[in-house]
Amino acid sequence: MNKATSSLGRSFAAHAILATYTIIALFPVIVIIVNSFKSRKAIFRSPLSLPDETSFSLVGYETVLAQGDFFLYFQNSLIVTVASLTFVLLFGAMAAFALSEYRFRGNLLMGLYLALGIMIPIRLGTVAILKLMVASGLVNTLTALILVYTAQGLPLAVFILSEFMRQVSADLKDAGRIDGLSEYRIFFRLVLPLVRPAMATVAVFTMIPIWNDLWFPLILAPAEETKTITLGAQVFIGQFVTNWNAVLSALSLAILPVLVLYVIFSRQLIRGITAGAVK
Amino acid sequence: MTNKAMSTLLLASTILASVGLANAQDATLTIESWRNDDLEIWQSKIIPAFEAKHPGIKVKFTPSAPAEYNGVLNSKLDAGSAGDLITCRPFDASLALYEAGHLAPVTDLEGMKNFSSVAKSGWSTDDGSVQFCVPMASVIHGFIYNKDAFDELGLSVPATEAELFAALDKIKADGNYIPMAMGTNDQWEAATMGYQNIGPNYWKGEEGRLALISGEHKLTDEVWTKPYETLARWKDYLGDGFEAQTYPDSQNMFTLGRAAVYPAGSWEISGFNNLADFKMGAFPPPVPNAGDECYISDHTDIAIGMNAKTENAEAAKTFLNWVGSEEFASLYANALPGFFSLSDHTIAMDDPLAQEFVSWRGKCNSTIRSTYQILSRGTPNLENETWNASANVIRGSESPADAGKRLQDGLASWYAPHQ
Amino acid sequence: MSTTGISKRRVRWHIAIFLAPAVLVYTAIMIIPLFGTLQLSLFREIDQKQIFVGLENFRTLLGDPRWSETFWNALGNNSWFFVIHMLVQNPLGILFAALLSSPRLRFSAFYRTAIFVPTILSFVIVGFAWKLILSPLWGIAPNMLDAVGLKSLFAPWLGKPEYALTTLGLISVWQFIGIPMMLIYAALLSIPDEVLEAAECDGITGMQQFWKIKLPLILPSIGIISILTFVGNFNAFDLIYTTQGALAGPNYATDILGTFLYRTFFGFQLQLGDPNMGSAIASLMFLIILAGVSIYLFGIQTRLRRYQF
Repeated sequence: MNKATSSLGRSFAAHAILATYTIIALFPVIVIIVNSFKSRKAIFRSPLSLPDETSFSLVGYETVLAQGDFFLYFQNSLIVTVASLTFVLLFGAMAAFALSEYRFRGNLLMGLYLALGIMIPIRLGTVAILKLMVASGLVNTLTALILVYTAQGLPLAVFILSEFMRQVSADLKDAGRIDGLSEYRIFFRLVLPLVRPAMATVAVFTMIPIWNDLWFPLILAPAEETKTITLGAQVFIGQFVTNWNAVLSALSLAILPVLVLYVIFSRQLIRGITAGAVK
Repeated sequence: MTNKAMSTLLLASTILASVGLANAQDATLTIESWRNDDLEIWQSKIIPAFEAKHPGIKVKFTPSAPAEYNGVLNSKLDAGSAGDLITCRPFDASLALYEAGHLAPVTDLEGMKNFSSVAKSGWSTDDGSVQFCVPMASVIHGFIYNKDAFDELGLSVPATEAELFAALDKIKADGNYIPMAMGTNDQWEAATMGYQNIGPNYWKGEEGRLALISGEHKLTDEVWTKPYETLARWKDYLGDGFEAQTYPDSQNMFTLGRAAVYPAGSWEISGFNNLADFKMGAFPPPVPNAGDECYISDHTDIAIGMNAKTENAEAAKTFLNWVGSEEFASLYANALPGFFSLSDHTIAMDDPLAQEFVSWRGKCNSTIRSTYQILSRGTPNLENETWNASANVIRGSESPADAGKRLQDGLASWYAPHQ
Repeated sequence: MSTTGISKRRVRWHIAIFLAPAVLVYTAIMIIPLFGTLQLSLFREIDQKQIFVGLENFRTLLGDPRWSETFWNALGNNSWFFVIHMLVQNPLGILFAALLSSPRLRFSAFYRTAIFVPTILSFVIVGFAWKLILSPLWGIAPNMLDAVGLKSLFAPWLGKPEYALTTLGLISVWQFIGIPMMLIYAALLSIPDEVLEAAECDGITGMQQFWKIKLPLILPSIGIISILTFVGNFNAFDLIYTTQGALAGPNYATDILGTFLYRTFFGFQLQLGDPNMGSAIASLMFLIILAGVSIYLFGIQTRLRRYQF
């Protein structure tokens, strides 16, 4: 009895804490989306109320959608993000496995070398990177962005994945070796499935800065055909900075696709995390 | 490692198909600009007008946000991927680009004949012998006010500072309007629409500006600190929480009819015309004492030059010549009321507010912003420091005298005529 | 471990093959451009030519009061920014992860998704949204405080030098709390049930179980989030840039190393970019972060006890 009430109390407290924070987390996003559907006067007069028949207005969306090919921007962002993510995860996991599994001369140094990249903002190398892309004719291509984001994502991926790979049981791998599996098979068949939760986490961390980056699209691929959605939205924000209808609509248009993508992806993510947990 | 070897390595290291499209049409001119606000006007008015006259040439206007423009442009120029035409900031920023070989000289272009030496001063070498950008427009500072509010309260347009403060007191006492719409969060309004707006009346325009450059004046002199004292008095008339009020906040505050006076630059006109549903008027910065001669900041703000490495030099020159033409001047000035043409052509403008601003050229002496020519070449940068000082003075966290002293010390630390 | 006598004599090509793609891409696109830029810190541009000046730029940066005051101000602000994250973001993240990982909690998928939402938003959106909410003009924050009778507590936080940095720190916490939460959550879930069952048999449950069993097991993950927070904070730039601009107002109260670097390297408004001094700042930032990471890698990581399941 006593135990039951205390567990009930605990679960109540847990819900109270989590629900409160959920409100804090979602509030700004909701305010933006709700207000994007209101007329300018209503946005200012009553920012917290829902749109009703007098204050409902789509004028912001009309302004924004008349101005650019949001669908193309979205597609560009998707290609860049998915391609970079694939390379980061594959190359990162391979390197992390090499670092965590084998003892060889220079292992620690190699680890440090690969971690250097998280210590210097890559923005600093802008001019050199741009020169490289100009020399190889990749300016205004999505390939340029994919290459930069792959390089940028690798250090963190290696760093996190090698930490998790150290926790994979050595007995399992040795059993595989006794069965005559090659090192590649051990990596792809035994280890990779076990670090799925970490891979899912790394995927999310890698995806976010790529999707949201403004700088490299601006420098490397500012052409209309290669514009990403973040860059597209930024142009609107700059352009309509006093037109809050348009700004709020542009923000909502930039939020919604990521939100939808994340809600879909988060299922996979959590399934990855829970499936990976050794039970 | 050479670039070539690098790129081979780079290509070999990844097996990727190129997804993008290479654009290599002949004579497509790309314009780099920070005026993303004007995108629509370029696309719908200016570019079609040019393309109609010059069928072989296509023009693309590709702006980036003002805050990123310098960084983006310089990176692209260094790497060689910048557009054919470059929108030029006035004075040193563009001069540096010319000296680094990024901007081609335009001195001998046909279209340059239509500009006075004052108009060209913003984009000339220090000795005035070479020009590297074709001037497009200047902006004028002053105050825009809510005419309905002034009528309602029976106020007349102030001519002196005492009258301005009396009007502000009256608006404050009435309580229906916030007397003045300005914030200090973004800092630059305090300097640009504050200090540089009212200052020329104190330092007598060009006279003081040139004396400061030659070292005769110091920033601690009364004519340079007095404007700060006036700015410090603005604090009481700004809205609640003005410390966190941003530039768009102020624009919205005024155009929603909540504030009565807006310290302005003429570039606001077209935006305000679209947003405000009340009558607006404008007055030049009031003079300190009745009968004083008046001075206005009529600042050479924007020009356009040619990337020295462009492959479409002939087409680019054709475009630049057109920028110097009467057609462009009239098109630009009317499409963007508040950006006043710098050319010698007489341009008819339809917008009453723009007419009001430009009429001050007849009765007041024009000058440009004091910090732009030569004085912002070193570190600390006088313009940036002026932003900071003006915001501090308005917030009341630095006294006008202290601000003057700090700016003077900073300038003297690198500028020989002040040492 | 696999390193037996036999494999030592052979060339272990598979190690090279595992490492090659990552090392190649990373070296070509990150390391070479970055170090090409960092070496600029040893040069100075005089009459359009790069002249080698040794450590002169660093002497200016740390010795000339006009530079050093800005630098120390930025470093101090940056440290406070980091402290806020360590005190607020990481403990809260662990708390949420612990609550979420309890097996019988309902709606946990919803909470988890919601708390992570801010993390997926871009800085442009986060900066703009909070600026609107805290705006004294728009009045959401003052109205809400008014509704609970606390209007007097409202201040234009982003415009006051004494509050601006802390406010931005908390906004950043709001944005990034999902990351420690997810990492710790993944770590907590990978604790095998047998371990917890064994603990329950010994009568260790609830809070006690968390402190005595789970916490030691997730220490390596806490190590990772601490070092990631450190690295992230000392490289931070975007949030402050989008809300306060490159001058990091009011009166440089929110200037951190990233904004100082950006302003110097790329220039701002009439200030021309100075790649040489900019690189010097970047080099110092790099050394600071390298020191932190080395302390972690050599001092902490090697001493952490890891459990293989």
